[in-house]
Amino acid sequence: MEGSNMNDMSQFDQGVAVDTIKMQSRGVNVFYGDTHAIKDVDVDIADKTVTAFIGPSGCGKSTFLRVLNRMNDTIDICRVTGKTTLEGEDIYDPKVDPVQLRAKVGMVFQKPNPFPKSIFDNVAYGPRIHGLSQNKSDLEDIVEKSLRRAALWDEVKDRLQAPGTGLSGGQQQRLCIARAVATSPEVLLMDEPCSALDPIATAQVEELIDELRTQYSVVIVTHSMQQAARVSQKTAFFHLGNLVEFDETDTIFTNPSDPRTESYITGRIG
Amino acid sequence: MTDMPISTAPARSLYAQDARTKKRNRAESRFRTYGMAAVATGIIALIVLLTSILGNGLSAFRQTYVSFPVELTAERLDPDGNRNPEEMAAVTTFGYLPILAESFAAHLEAEGIETEMGIREIAAMLSEEAPAQVRAMVLANPELVGTTIDAQILVGGRIDGYFKGRVTLDSAERDRNVTPEQLMLAQELADRGMMETRFNWEFITWPDASGSRPEAAGLGVAIIGSLYMMIVVLVLALPVGVAASIYLEEFAPKNRLTDLIEVNISNLAAVPSIVFGILGLAVFINFMNFNQSSPLVGGLVLTLMTLPTIIIATRASLRAVPPSIRQAALGLGASKMQSIFHHVLPLAMPGILTGTIIGLAQALGETAPLLLIGMVAFVREYPDFLSTHSNTFPLMGDGATALPVQVYSWTQRSDPAFVERASGAIIVLLVFLLMMNLIAIVLRRRFERRW
Repeated sequence: MEGSNMNDMSQFDQGVAVDTIKMQSRGVNVFYGDTHAIKDVDVDIADKTVTAFIGPSGCGKSTFLRVLNRMNDTIDICRVTGKTTLEGEDIYDPKVDPVQLRAKVGMVFQKPNPFPKSIFDNVAYGPRIHGLSQNKSDLEDIVEKSLRRAALWDEVKDRLQAPGTGLSGGQQQRLCIARAVATSPEVLLMDEPCSALDPIATAQVEELIDELRTQYSVVIVTHSMQQAARVSQKTAFFHLGNLVEFDETDTIFTNPSDPRTESYITGRIG
Repeated sequence: MTDMPISTAPARSLYAQDARTKKRNRAESRFRTYGMAAVATGIIALIVLLTSILGNGLSAFRQTYVSFPVELTAERLDPDGNRNPEEMAAVTTFGYLPILAESFAAHLEAEGIETEMGIREIAAMLSEEAPAQVRAMVLANPELVGTTIDAQILVGGRIDGYFKGRVTLDSAERDRNVTPEQLMLAQELADRGMMETRFNWEFITWPDASGSRPEAAGLGVAIIGSLYMMIVVLVLALPVGVAASIYLEEFAPKNRLTDLIEVNISNLAAVPSIVFGILGLAVFINFMNFNQSSPLVGGLVLTLMTLPTIIIATRASLRAVPPSIRQAALGLGASKMQSIFHHVLPLAMPGILTGTIIGLAQALGETAPLLLIGMVAFVREYPDFLSTHSNTFPLMGDGATALPVQVYSWTQRSDPAFVERASGAIIVLLVFLLMMNLIAIVLRRRFERRW
């Protein structure tokens, strides 16, 4: 597998920027009630890099992703221990308001979930609640820029007032990305953003992810190892709540050091 | 094309139904029959109900009047001659009775209608309400005294019943309140166009009347009382109910206490409404000393009764909003409150409104709790809702009654004309309910259109 797919894998490899660490997790544990979902995980998320989390279903990769913007807070029985920092600031510090954190760490979900509002209002919602625009033309600029960045502008520029839910699945997901981008986050978390999309839409979103890397650090959870190989520079392999291996994507796919990683990427487990 | 042979003669032909399939199909058609029978039963019940109510009640919207000139003699109505309404009010309806009787008899004579009846018997054809009707007219406009006016005067309930087919010459023989001669005279007057049965706005606008004058009984006070109560319920129950549901559904921690609250809300929705009446009697009237029969108290009791319905409906519709919408908003850095008010609540709105209006409709038709707080009173005067007179509170209002309570008290009266009135009141109540359901549908459509 490695040999034949290697060209695919490197298709977006445009040179990794200098390794500045944007987010850092040390000794993170997550409990759902009595279930120990994440066990003692250490991860460094580099700036302007795509980091992929791979692993079989239920391995905790989505749970860990939601640690990074405290979306787990919305689940009553969920408890997080350990230390996670964003640019050196502990995001679980009692002084931190998760609302401000989430403005800096945006998120795109597995299923496209546009608001039942117009395309414009979808993208404008974040800037509006965070007061990012002074006036209407400012807001229009932000919306246009975000839609362009999400490679959706040309398709929707004539129908910004049409409902966002009326777009196709791939367009909806790109709308959600535009919506997340509009709040100018520093980190963009994507929870299996392509699992509900067809191959063409997937390709568009992947291209977009690589594009976004120039501005943000992107963390993507994916089921598809090919996708991880195509879009990411760093890959973390989770298994049963443990972080098994975390390394350069190339290394993970060509020369994994842990036998479990090798079993997974060759299709023997998962 | 291939040359492969086509397999024929299957072991089990598709054309023949086997026993299992037959059994299944029979079960299905039986089930369909049951369903259709159930629906048909419902429709028949509805038709019977509507025919009976409409058949009995539509005539309440028509009333018989007789027209004749009434000579308002000044000596009787304004002995001092200074047209001061306060002094004129000293003349009671008993002072007006002879005037009407004489004018009526004189008119019959002038028209050349012969009758063997005495003046007392002729006057008995008019409604007992008629003198009050004329008196109110005179007091409102003292200039009328001394003139002769062309008046439309209510006739008695039995005469009215004759034109509606409720009273016949045969039944009049056995009736102490009416004689066949009176009916024949009424028929003659009707033939000459002096007595006519016309649409009866007064049924909607007039207040209730005593048991001996069904022809003058109206729904005015009941409608006003019901409207006032509905406004109280809407103003109190909707915000309180929606706020409670949002808190319970979105903010409250899930623990024993909230479980207990949830169980109790469901139980409250099932509590018989008369229990709320006792609660209202104990708390609002005995303890807080609010006015008896006041529509505010009625509204408060109905609010308590409606709250569980609204809370349950609102929580159900909040729960029906997909969690992905909440997550999307939270993921963008919206606060919980923003995510709820900007996204969840608008999506839940159709359900909330439907629940609220169903709750209101339920409250509109509720009788039992109102009986206990004294709203079954006989109310002759239009209530002044801003009055503070007896003892207590502003906005307390005078006593009023409500539509279903009016139906209840009319069905208890002995005069058969009240059957017609009660059915008419039911029609008005049903029209109100239909309008509310219509509003619910319209609102739901409007909100749902926002994708």
